[in-house]
Amino acid sequence: MQPATHRVIAPADIPALRRRAYRIRRHALLMGEVQGQGYVGQALGIADVLAVAYFHAMNLRADDPEWEERDRFLLSIGHYAIALYAALIEAGVISESEIENYGSDDSMLPMSGMAAYTPGMEITGGSLGHGLGIGVGMALGLKRKQSHSRIFNLLSDGELNEGSTWEAAASAAHWKLDNLVAIVDVNDQQADDKSSSVLDYEPIADKWRAFGWTALRVNGNDIAALVEAFDSALESADGKPCVIICDTLMGRGVPLLEDRDKTHFIRVDEDEWRIALKQLDDTYAHSSHAAGSEHS
Amino acid sequence: MTTQPRLKTSAMIASLAAEGQPTTSAPFGHALVEAAAADERIVGMTADLGKYTDLHVFAQAYPERHYQMGMAEQLLMSAGAGMAREGFIPFVTTYGVFASRRAYDFICMAIAEEKLNVKIVCALPGLTTGYGPSHQATEDMAIFRGMPNLTIVDPCDAVDIEQATHAMAAHDGPVYLRLLRGKVPRVLDRFPDYRFEIGKARRLMDGEDALIVSSGLMTMRAVEAADLLAERGMHVGVLHSPTIKPLDAQTILEEIRRHPQRPVYVAENHSVIGGLGESVAALLMNTGVHPEFHQIGLPDTFLDAGALPTLHDRYGISTQAMVKTLASRISLTHAS
Repeated sequence: MQPATHRVIAPADIPALRRRAYRIRRHALLMGEVQGQGYVGQALGIADVLAVAYFHAMNLRADDPEWEERDRFLLSIGHYAIALYAALIEAGVISESEIENYGSDDSMLPMSGMAAYTPGMEITGGSLGHGLGIGVGMALGLKRKQSHSRIFNLLSDGELNEGSTWEAAASAAHWKLDNLVAIVDVNDQQADDKSSSVLDYEPIADKWRAFGWTALRVNGNDIAALVEAFDSALESADGKPCVIICDTLMGRGVPLLEDRDKTHFIRVDEDEWRIALKQLDDTYAHSSHAAGSEHS
Repeated sequence: MTTQPRLKTSAMIASLAAEGQPTTSAPFGHALVEAAAADERIVGMTADLGKYTDLHVFAQAYPERHYQMGMAEQLLMSAGAGMAREGFIPFVTTYGVFASRRAYDFICMAIAEEKLNVKIVCALPGLTTGYGPSHQATEDMAIFRGMPNLTIVDPCDAVDIEQATHAMAAHDGPVYLRLLRGKVPRVLDRFPDYRFEIGKARRLMDGEDALIVSSGLMTMRAVEAADLLAERGMHVGVLHSPTIKPLDAQTILEEIRRHPQRPVYVAENHSVIGGLGESVAALLMNTGVHPEFHQIGLPDTFLDAGALPTLHDRYGISTQAMVKTLASRISLTHAS
């Protein structure tokens, strides 16, 4: 089996990545407004991670989403589709004009992500606990082909409830899949309650390490910290799969949504969308003058 | 009065073959080795049941193309999907009970929903083990028939399995195959014109007194029963329908319409609920064809543990049980 090769990673342009994250959030809010509701809290929370994944870490070609040498991003949490669409729009894989069709009949952007509908959507997620296992198979396949492409699988803290996630985790370590990177969004929210109340996930990094993974835990809303974590995951060729555990804040960047109690599936009143967009613009206008404000 | 010796559960574990019946050892494993020689995309994957699904033959021939995924059927199916996404043709093996009951969601969403090229080959279909309900996949076809895009194959014998393995490798899309393993009887050799083809039923024997439509090992039984009945002057046709889905509606209807007065017996190594019998029943109702209709299959219950010969008699799927069922019906016609 061929080890994944070291990858030469260009130095990160942190302000540029922050602008990408802002625009991903903006696309997501605009899509949310079309439906009046949705998993906007998650999209705002994960936007920084997606910005670093898509605009720093991953190899892809916007005009050829099935390019054989691309890195593969697997969204097992299908309900985060709105977030991934926002990233794919920002990356130029999907046209910005599709925003107004989000979740509508015959749209290429259904509410839950499906491979057949959307360019750049690698798998059909939504039934949780599938992505990492598919990732194991793809990572094995890439090694068979002696490909240097990587698999990134975005999963959620809630998805750690699923036993199949841990079958896949054990397997990835067994097969020494250092071309597989798991990203866990820890926002402590799932359908019924806080994730930590539904089924406590801690000590989360220790669990992954016990399964044979390299585990990194970062503030998932800190672009610089994310860059460092992704660089470390990409540089590794030690035969261990790597997980980046990202603590994120639901609704990040929009105070009116950050403050909501139950943010798993939010409903936003019609007049509030414009307020939300204004708040997002304000957040970025202020923070652009205060470098590193995401550390706060 | 002499008492029958009590049979042991281990009887017929290694082979379903009757004494003296010609057999082939591990027909799936050997056929897969042949197919893999011709197509480099083929890989084998198993969930700790390689030895018990005859995949070990492939693993020995192509160790670099064999993936032991551990006792983790959900992972097996997901990883199979991932392999297929990267352009390979994974043959994934486990037992039918585990694929259908434990891994359903993973087969459904990771494989079938996207028509991925994964071949799911599962041993111990229906009543082919005496271990009881934990191992007896008596409702696997009922479970899988509702899954769009999935082709379901229930081969009769070693000949069928060999040909089906090559057909699956050449077929683009997900397939579920009910595997007979170990020393598998060869019965279809006596029908030189027979060819397995996905989606096709074939007439093996003709007869005007009754028609048996069958799949899987029940086709072996149907042929044996037809031979025994012929010795008694009763002539039974046998239509083998190894593809359960998509069902070969045209051939089945043509065969039934050819002698509309014949009672039709659908015989399957599966629960009478949701398998070949109900597939054919629905086909007949939907097309307005109404022959006298019977099912020979396993009852809607969790089956006993024990020796297979005992259980096959108990549940009416042994050759002798079929002969008895058909003879009593046919003799009524002959008497009238």
